[in-house]
Amino acid sequence: MGRFLAIRLLQAIPVILAVITVTFFLVRVAPGGPFDSEKAVLPEVKAALEAQYRLDLPLFQQYTAYLGDLAQGDFGPSFKYPGRSVNELIGAGLPVTAELGLYALLIATVIGGLAGVIASLRPNTPQDYIPMALAMIGICMPTFLLGPLLVLLFGIELEWLPVSGWGDIPGDKLLPSITLGAAYAAYIARLSRAGMLEVLSQDYIRTARAKGLPEWQVVVKHGLRGGLLPVVAFLGPAFAGLLAGSFVVETIFQIPGLGRFYVQAAFNRDYTMILGTTVFLSTLIVLFNLLSDVLAAWLNPRLRHQFGGKA
Amino acid sequence: MNILSTLAEYAGRAHSCASPTRVRTKHFPIWLKSLLLFLPLTLTGCVGGESNVEQGNREGVLHYGNGAEPQGLDPHVVTGVPENHLIRALFEGLAVKNPYTLEPEPGVAESWDFSEDGRVITFHINPEARWSNGDPVTADDYVWSWMRALHPDMGNLYAYMLFPILNAEAFFSRKIENFDEVGVKAPDPHTLVVTLTEPTPYFVQLMDHYSTFAVHRPTIEKHGKFTDRYTRWTRVENMVGNGAFVLEDWQLNRRIVMRRSDTYWDRDHVRLNKVVFYPTENVVSEERGFRAGQLHYTQSIPLDKIPVYQAMEDSLYVQEPYLGTYFYLVNTKRPPLDDSRVRRALSMAVDRDTLMGSVMQGSAYSAYSITPPGTLGYQPPKTFDYDPEEARRLLAEAGYPNGEGWPGIELIYNTFEAHRKIAVAVQQMWKDVLNIEVTIANQEWKVYLDAVSTMNFDIARRGWIGDYVDPNNFLDLYLTGGGNNNTGYADPAYDELILRTAPQAKTREERFAAFYKAEKMLMEQMPIIPIYTYTSKHLIHPSVCGLPPNLMDSLNLKYVWLKADRTSPSEPCD
Repeated sequence: MGRFLAIRLLQAIPVILAVITVTFFLVRVAPGGPFDSEKAVLPEVKAALEAQYRLDLPLFQQYTAYLGDLAQGDFGPSFKYPGRSVNELIGAGLPVTAELGLYALLIATVIGGLAGVIASLRPNTPQDYIPMALAMIGICMPTFLLGPLLVLLFGIELEWLPVSGWGDIPGDKLLPSITLGAAYAAYIARLSRAGMLEVLSQDYIRTARAKGLPEWQVVVKHGLRGGLLPVVAFLGPAFAGLLAGSFVVETIFQIPGLGRFYVQAAFNRDYTMILGTTVFLSTLIVLFNLLSDVLAAWLNPRLRHQFGGKA
Repeated sequence: MNILSTLAEYAGRAHSCASPTRVRTKHFPIWLKSLLLFLPLTLTGCVGGESNVEQGNREGVLHYGNGAEPQGLDPHVVTGVPENHLIRALFEGLAVKNPYTLEPEPGVAESWDFSEDGRVITFHINPEARWSNGDPVTADDYVWSWMRALHPDMGNLYAYMLFPILNAEAFFSRKIENFDEVGVKAPDPHTLVVTLTEPTPYFVQLMDHYSTFAVHRPTIEKHGKFTDRYTRWTRVENMVGNGAFVLEDWQLNRRIVMRRSDTYWDRDHVRLNKVVFYPTENVVSEERGFRAGQLHYTQSIPLDKIPVYQAMEDSLYVQEPYLGTYFYLVNTKRPPLDDSRVRRALSMAVDRDTLMGSVMQGSAYSAYSITPPGTLGYQPPKTFDYDPEEARRLLAEAGYPNGEGWPGIELIYNTFEAHRKIAVAVQQMWKDVLNIEVTIANQEWKVYLDAVSTMNFDIARRGWIGDYVDPNNFLDLYLTGGGNNNTGYADPAYDELILRTAPQAKTREERFAAFYKAEKMLMEQMPIIPIYTYTSKHLIHPSVCGLPPNLMDSLNLKYVWLKADRTSPSEPCD
């Protein structure tokens, strides 16, 4: 297992380096620069700004200088927010986005998993069709539609929950978490249904039933562990996806997370911020993929042999 | 069914504890109530209670939707409207704008006087003016701060605001090294003498623009080189200002909290205890926040909500002309647009009033000039009107009768739904009236800026918001070779009027007459096609007093107070 981890971590380095390099040069190719504005910028001002942010150096020198800073963990200053470093902006946004992602994933796993298992117990009956139809709606309904609908109902009409914010008023974390989690809940429902159906048709389940075990024990004790494997494999990338893709929900609910910074940085040509968030998020995605592989291996004895260990 | 009705009953109870004002759930069927109940109650229990607005009214705290997270709070570094609101609460200029009249009134300077020839202004600094750490504000603070604002290493985008000062531009462009040669002197701590290159009637107005504000030298020097853009001097724990409010809390992308300053010279007239600024970037969410009682004031409003609010009795929606013009830039270097008859024909074929009514939902006013009407009393000329007949005649005269032989042109705009709607409507009007084909194309913001600045377009959407209330702020855009000209328009006679005749005028009437003549020339050549005059659009809670609408959308928080028992905007504040 140790060797497997070490190899995977080493493989991650060229991937991340490639991400840095491609992003670095790609943002420079995009027309317009960080200091262009609607009102013409005096050439003297532009020169001074470029000098302050090292943009007056040859491009390759900027690249090596950036890699040097990065090696020390420094993402550089933000162009759009003078006085803030990219590290600070990521530091401010990450806990919020991570919390949002975690709640969303929690909601998605509980609701989705439950729906999937329930559906799998009586396939092709209303007990299957209803949760699966709901799941299909969940997958099809984009967050930018679901979010405002939930706000309209719970925030404006019923006045039960705050319409925006994060951690300001009790209960304001709920609607964004549900909005973000809904689509994932739907995926998980379908994944767990498929997984459970496959497992429940296996010989060992038949054996368990033949032994006279009560149905709930068959499902919970023997079925779930195998049936939820596809879900576990999905969780790692899903969490990384939630972190990188929470922009819409963060905008709808005015949440001060990472997603908003990320997208705005691209519009602003805030080079250091684009690079910083891209590098950071891609590292996270690589790590979470690794984590879900490890978790899947732990759950699935058949996979363990592929890693060469006995664990 | 039993469980359902119990749940529904519970839903009714929960609802009544969260929301004392409205009971709407009774219209929902029982099953829906039960469904609605499930999530919120299991995860959070009951929420609600006093809204921001109710609590704010009780405690003197204004909850202000500020549009966006500020880039920063250093007056010599940042640009932008949200930044302007924040900086003008934390700092004060030599003179400030009265929000009702927009005329300058005493700020840090208790008075000022002009020399006979109008080239020397002496500001008398209020001896009571203090920095928030207790230090007195002196004339030397201004000399140093303006040196900083103009310093070529600073990269201050608004450095040109101080260019009317003698030798300021030379210092900025490194033609002179010694700041002593620049026309700013402090003969004593309470006297600031400013020498201008030529008389500049709007100079005192500029003292209310944040780029001309003084900053606290010891604080800035303590946190790095004075020209560094990214030091920590504007952080809550370090910030020293001289305005009516001081910074109390700054949570990135969440809120900025300010409290009333104990050291501000006019603190007895400041009536708010605190102001909370929210970065309300999403106008739809902002409007929802207003409805839910989270905000006293919104920075904007979704266009489709305007008719809804306007239809209400005692509407909380406030709309006022704004010192800005929305227009189309025409590239006068490209055929067929190099012919002024074609440009005029295009302009006359646009039915602005229809456009304002349908597309803009009455949220803007038709424009026939670059300068918005009523800019400090100036009324721009109206040289044309919607005139399909004349438009067709001009186009025929230019060689395209009924659109025959028209080569086709492109209209570009930055990606934004409202711009697209207008472009589509104008495209159709040109097709209907002139029978010509114009393609429209959207571009991402920075791509669009690049296209405009390099004149890589036929026609481009453009907007201009004035920095100070004076026609000069709009008309000097079209000086030959001007950085914001972007049309290729060049006319020495026009330049003469703006650069020589107007500055040397003895009276405001004389000066405005020169501007009028210049603008008439501009509109006859039509390098730009004016579309509409912007408006400021806000939702304002009735408890907010002392926040009058004005042409600059200028906010002076010193004047604002909250009157909790005022329930309608038609009730008087006093």
